[in-house]
Amino acid sequence: MTPGEPLIRWDWIASHLDEFAFRLGEHFELTVIAVGVGLVIAFALSLLILRAPRTEGPITWVSGTLYTIPSLALFALLVPYTGFTVLTAEIGLVSYTLLILIRNIVRGIRGIPADVREAAVGMGYAPREILWRIELPLALAVIFAGIRVATISTIGLVTVTALIGQGGFGFLILTGMQRSFFTTEMIAGAVLSVALAGAADALLVLLQRRLTPWTRAA
Amino acid sequence: MASTRGATVEFRDVSKRYSGQLAVDQLSFTVPSGRICVLVGPSGSGKTTSLKMVNRLIEPSGGAILIDGHDVLREEPTALRRRIGYVIQQVGLFPHQTIAENVGTVPRLLGWPKDRIAARTEQLLALVGLEPSRFGRRYPAQLSGGERQRVGVARALAAEPPLMLMDEPFGAVDPIVRDRLQNEFLRIQRDQGTTVLFVTHDVDEAIKLGDRVALMRGGRLVQYAPPGELLAHPADEFVAEFVGSDRGLKRLALLTVGGADLDPTVDRRGVGGNAPVLSPATTLREALARMLASEAQVGVVMDGERYLGVLTLAKIGKMIRSDA
Repeated sequence: MTPGEPLIRWDWIASHLDEFAFRLGEHFELTVIAVGVGLVIAFALSLLILRAPRTEGPITWVSGTLYTIPSLALFALLVPYTGFTVLTAEIGLVSYTLLILIRNIVRGIRGIPADVREAAVGMGYAPREILWRIELPLALAVIFAGIRVATISTIGLVTVTALIGQGGFGFLILTGMQRSFFTTEMIAGAVLSVALAGAADALLVLLQRRLTPWTRAA
Repeated sequence: MASTRGATVEFRDVSKRYSGQLAVDQLSFTVPSGRICVLVGPSGSGKTTSLKMVNRLIEPSGGAILIDGHDVLREEPTALRRRIGYVIQQVGLFPHQTIAENVGTVPRLLGWPKDRIAARTEQLLALVGLEPSRFGRRYPAQLSGGERQRVGVARALAAEPPLMLMDEPFGAVDPIVRDRLQNEFLRIQRDQGTTVLFVTHDVDEAIKLGDRVALMRGGRLVQYAPPGELLAHPADEFVAEFVGSDRGLKRLALLTVGGADLDPTVDRRGVGGNAPVLSPATTLREALARMLASEAQVGVVMDGERYLGVLTLAKIGKMIRSDA
């Protein structure tokens, strides 16, 4: 930090709005792909757990182990194989979503009252229809809780991927540090990342309310 | 309302074995079309297991269950279940669907056109005493226990099934609501002509609702008879104990003043002014209660304006004793 320099230079911020917009798009894209792909994989693994409960231990162990690997180390390990690419970033980001998503999907579906399932079978729902029309809609509230946590943590993690040439708002933090601690740029990157997480969370809450109107009845 | 013809249900040597233990042991009986058969017995007697074998929620280990002569095991389970109404104690309404959507479940599974489902749903909600415009759009969580159970019955009736299976449907509501639901159920059943297999552990409910009562113990059928017969002639000590030492009094609820032995020779004017006036349709149980409450030894039986005679406590006592 240069002596005499203010903490935030507003003129620099005003002249870099285009860059912010670009980084927002990048950050958003990395997050949506990570949570989207994570959701598809977690959904498949959750169905496997629900059909064959013996697979729950191994699947939880693997996703839990992935979750404990420090993100910096994971990206560093992947670079020799997949390079400084979006793929490297996404492999890491997706890995971190699995534990929380699988846990909530499985918990949500298992939490459906036995009488509801019995009534559905007794009325003549086919097994596939029970999953799509009864179990998933009713598990939606719990699944959404998982999606919210996964989304917020992914938005935070995306900043780390700046080290492998991606990063969204993380790019601002990184270059700020490299330019002998240009605080304006670092703070801008951090604040924008937090703001994005807050906005995404609010949006998900609204979406969940639209999708589960019955939870507000009674 | 289109009235459905009830199916005939026949259990033929039906058994269910769980790892060597017989839960149901060579059960054989027939429920005639349009009748209510109540399976009653202590817990563990195999009544619910027997019920669930009809719609194949449980598969029998031996024997056959025939609906109108067709073996249920030869049918595709989901298609079979869509033709059989099913009501359970916890109701099991789908919390994420509105009341109208819940009621329309089976018609929707059967692929009825939308307007036909909507019309049928309205008709059914009205039938069970729920104003369609008030209740149709609500969610189950917004209803009371009794209202939810009514929706459960409407949902089971939606596709005009020839057979309904009911597993302790009124077990979770308070006694006053239960009594009202039972009366409504009887009215609807008579109106629709649906055959009903009904499980309960409450012998009073069995006597009130059943055209036939199947009393089970340890997986076996102990007695299968109309309720009056069960009370008058219990097959053994177990049945006598299960229906209760007050079975004579219970039986009075099934008999009417009109069927009792009246004394027409007594002069009406000689009877005390506080004696209750009874109609022939009054049950003997109600007659007895009113006679005791008024401290009169007799009840005056009137068919409209016509005097039929007097009913005495002694006559009622004799009726309790005569078949015991």
